[in-house]
Amino acid sequence: MEDKAEKGNKVLVLPCSGIGKAYGEMARQAAYTLIEDFYPDQVITTCLAKLMIGDPDAVNLVKNNTVFTIDGCASDCARKNVESTGKKVDHSVRVINIFKHHKDLRPTGVLDLGEPGFKLVQFLAEDLAKEIDCLGKKED
Amino acid sequence: MELLELVEIKPKKVGIIPCNGEELPEGTLTRFACRKLLDKLKPGSTVTICLPLFIAGGKEEREFANKFPTITVDGCDKRCSQISTERLSGKPRYSIVITDLLKEHGINAPGSARTLMDADQTAIDLVAGEIVKKVDSTLAEGQ
Repeated sequence: MEDKAEKGNKVLVLPCSGIGKAYGEMARQAAYTLIEDFYPDQVITTCLAKLMIGDPDAVNLVKNNTVFTIDGCASDCARKNVESTGKKVDHSVRVINIFKHHKDLRPTGVLDLGEPGFKLVQFLAEDLAKEIDCLGKKED
Repeated sequence: MELLELVEIKPKKVGIIPCNGEELPEGTLTRFACRKLLDKLKPGSTVTICLPLFIAGGKEEREFANKFPTITVDGCDKRCSQISTERLSGKPRYSIVITDLLKEHGINAPGSARTLMDADQTAIDLVAGEIVKKVDSTLAEGQ
């Protein structure tokens, strides 16, 4: 998989995986939804922290593929860590924005998102899927 | 001449920094073990920071390891949390690598990075327990 990814035909999704609030877990779960449920052959991830140590495989994945970042909050850790490699992200979102459209839904815990949290994750993943579909249409 | 008494300063809180690795189940394990510590086992004596804030944040975030003695928790032997903390904030007091710890205790890693199952509770408890030992040592040792 990584050989193909290094040639640049994948979408690399990097969530921030923040640990302080539920936003980071929602970002992480949205990434897994895209990878495992929606686009198992097209979307991949790597550990964001590998970019912090300049891991060559992770840096190559970032440089050679379309990169989406999902950040929990306005600190934009995922986006800024990608940009620290010299790569501009192709699409970035903040989890906090999804709350604005679904004010009735609140995750039940930081890691245990509960049903409302997973509904938000699904909405977030669907929004990102639309962007991925747009990429496909542009390539056609 | 008045003699000044030297008083040992002991830290009140310890900083816990998991790698949160997305690619491996052990990365997910770092999250669950650390949250267990922060929420249930040592809520009054531990704090955390999102690791990527060392790059995305400012001076205040990078001061974290100077403010608190830190324990890094890494999912694998790449030791991203340990190396990043050392380079960008300060040398950790202790570093834990989950793959080593699980191997030492003969416990299997979780099967999925996405979701941990009931069977993975043993691994969470083991890692959380190991961090508790390091927190207690850190608090006892002082600055």
